[in-house]
Amino acid sequence: MHWWFPSNASSVGGQVDSLFYVILYVTGAVFVLVEAALLIFLFRYRRQDGRRATYVEGSNRAEIIWTAIPAVILVSLALISQPLWSKIKSPDTYPKNADRLAVEAKQFEWHVTYPGPDGKLGTDDDFMKKDELHLVVNRDYVIELTSRDVVHNFFIPAFRIKQDAVPGMHILVWVRPTVAGTYELACAELCGLGHYRMRALVVVQTAPEFAAWLQSQGVASSSAPDASRAAGKGAP
Amino acid sequence: MTAHAASVSHAAHDDRPFIRKYVFSTDHKIIGIQFLFLSLFFLLVGGLLAMGIRWQLGFPGQPMPLGGWLPSSVAPGGVVAPKTYNSLVTMHGTFMIFFAVMPLLVGVFANYLIPLKIGAPDMAFPSLNMWSFWLMIPSGGLMLASLFVLGGASAAGWTVYAPLSGTPDYSGVHLGQQLWCVSIVIFGLSSLLGSVNYITTVVNLRAPGMTWFRLPLSVWALFITAVLAILAVPILAGAVIMLLFDQTIGTHFFQPDAGGQPLMWQHLFWFFGHPEVYILILPAMGIASDIIANGARKPIFGYSSMVYAMIAIAFLGFIVWGHHMFQSGMNPTLASTFMVSTIVIAVPSAIKVFNWLGTLWRGSIHFTTPMLNALAFVSMFIIGGLSGIFMASTPVDMYIHGTYFIVAHIHYVLFGGSLFAVFAGIYFWYPKMFGRQMSERWGKIHFALTFVFYNFTFFPMHILGVGGEMRRIYDPTVYDFLRPLQPINVFITISAFLLGLSQIPFAVNFIGSLFKGAKAERNPWRDTGLEWTAPSPPPHGNFAETPTVYHGPYEYSVPGMEEDFLPVNTPPAGAGKAT
Repeated sequence: MHWWFPSNASSVGGQVDSLFYVILYVTGAVFVLVEAALLIFLFRYRRQDGRRATYVEGSNRAEIIWTAIPAVILVSLALISQPLWSKIKSPDTYPKNADRLAVEAKQFEWHVTYPGPDGKLGTDDDFMKKDELHLVVNRDYVIELTSRDVVHNFFIPAFRIKQDAVPGMHILVWVRPTVAGTYELACAELCGLGHYRMRALVVVQTAPEFAAWLQSQGVASSSAPDASRAAGKGAP
Repeated sequence: MTAHAASVSHAAHDDRPFIRKYVFSTDHKIIGIQFLFLSLFFLLVGGLLAMGIRWQLGFPGQPMPLGGWLPSSVAPGGVVAPKTYNSLVTMHGTFMIFFAVMPLLVGVFANYLIPLKIGAPDMAFPSLNMWSFWLMIPSGGLMLASLFVLGGASAAGWTVYAPLSGTPDYSGVHLGQQLWCVSIVIFGLSSLLGSVNYITTVVNLRAPGMTWFRLPLSVWALFITAVLAILAVPILAGAVIMLLFDQTIGTHFFQPDAGGQPLMWQHLFWFFGHPEVYILILPAMGIASDIIANGARKPIFGYSSMVYAMIAIAFLGFIVWGHHMFQSGMNPTLASTFMVSTIVIAVPSAIKVFNWLGTLWRGSIHFTTPMLNALAFVSMFIIGGLSGIFMASTPVDMYIHGTYFIVAHIHYVLFGGSLFAVFAGIYFWYPKMFGRQMSERWGKIHFALTFVFYNFTFFPMHILGVGGEMRRIYDPTVYDFLRPLQPINVFITISAFLLGLSQIPFAVNFIGSLFKGAKAERNPWRDTGLEWTAPSPPPHGNFAETPTVYHGPYEYSVPGMEEDFLPVNTPPAGAGKAT
């Protein structure tokens, strides 16, 4: 049975999961303490003959304590969230030498455009593959995400990556897969009647496997940038 | 529409014809009760739509019980069609938020309670108030009608994101979405008329001695809610009119091919939508506060900090809307700003929870049906509040956004929070409204069943969300990574059906007690509020003479008194009677 996070396969997934667990432990502790206090009070101060409620209107000290403590905890959570967020979502922090891919979402397909042998998008040797995203393990990718019609959402659970694809906008998504395997890309924003089947496969391969796949697509793969990257095993 | 209908002299002899008394009534109590029946009906509609959603999720592709009765364009062979599923999801959210929970909290309790609790004979503008209710009939009627038109009801989610919603070619929905828009605009007008009334009434019609800081927290909450509504609802109405124009007269506000911006819809919608969340929870907090003080026989702990916390929530509620849009393509730096404001708004919510605990501390807790529901509100709101912190953290939100974690969160706030408070309020004020008591025994059975199956239904959704299951997915088994989660979906579906069935004792108790309930006395809960000094039910005009208020709202178990409650209009010992 697999009832929890899908196993992580990206460079940022582990950090997202850790942050989730930090919040889970903090809120879990608060949950147990507060609900326990509630239950204890309900039992201890239940109505009993001969006992009257104590007339208490409040306490400034208590108010200050239970304002300050949550404030400190919550602000700390925001502070530890911020660096990871800008690392994942701010294009200026993305690796400069990342490979480029273009993903266009449309009802109800994912069109993945690969740069072809020259390694550049927008040239004649680009080729498009429907509903299949092939990536080389341990290589950085910046995906140019667009939509042809409505708002979609690019969600790869195993990468913990989620980003809306918005018509009229050109959004950059950075991913770095770290574990080879086949994963799923889902649309996570209601996009029409076929929303539920707007699914693609994410195939994370080693560089030689990827080259073989390119060849099988009729694309020459002996290009220099590709070969050198493969040799360096995707050094950043 | 004689606007003077509220004058006190009417209290003595009421000679209005039936139609002015019970149908086109300007009496705030009748209007409150009209809202109660109407919104309970829509609660039922929303609940039935949810059953359709759950059937498909638990047993995807299998014929739904009674599904054979539906036309084959909606459910071929009794199986819910994908577009029907999207409409079910959309209309469940729409009915529950706009036509069930919001009118239950505001339409019912603001109307019924505000004048009674502040010692006024009626609302400041009784005729406007009547219109506020009667506008809900075309509004709700159009929304209901949209279920039956060609092309089906809106299928773009209750947030009706453009351009899916605005372009029939994308959604396959034509008239249904236009009816949705018109209905929401009328709804907005109804809500504004109500809000103007509540604000004016609280400002101007408080009885002598009813100072601002003697207002019960329920009245404070409803007053703040009205201010929120008056600022937020026009934004929704404006945005919806723009969306309607995009569909009908060829404007391109939200359509990028002609220079419009899809993200603008989201900003406008959530600029309304987030204050709306507080519109849906603040009255619940107020109602729960009143009932918890009564049930614990203690003054509310930290009354003024409770008021300031609500005011803080209201202000901050307008600067957190972007947290719905972290993954929308909005500038990520802006998202960080919204993360901070969202984190900050959690503090006043925490303050309120601690103050409720403080109220119970050293109390003498009576486990009446209203009190049990109010306590359920507190304990479930804790879960809903804590699960919200996950979403506030931008990187964690990236993973759980748009998953069942969010569905779990919203239902912990709106069902576990708001609806339990609504049940608490109905059980509590029913004797005042109808002059009869609801059965405590059946009330407790209803409470216990609802509490158990509610948690069985919604708690496992957190786990689905962590597993990555997207919301609004017609058939989760399409995805390999979701298939192992399917047993949880089956469990949730069965629990949801049982949760639905658990409302039967409530319906029977509610309707049966109208005719067979024990006659209620003036003050069955031994409460301090002004409404309990009027007869049950209070006559038109409410009070025989304008009451004078001498005490704060929660004078329970005052030392040295024999009784454990001190009604707010009891003259202080030694003082002469004021009127």
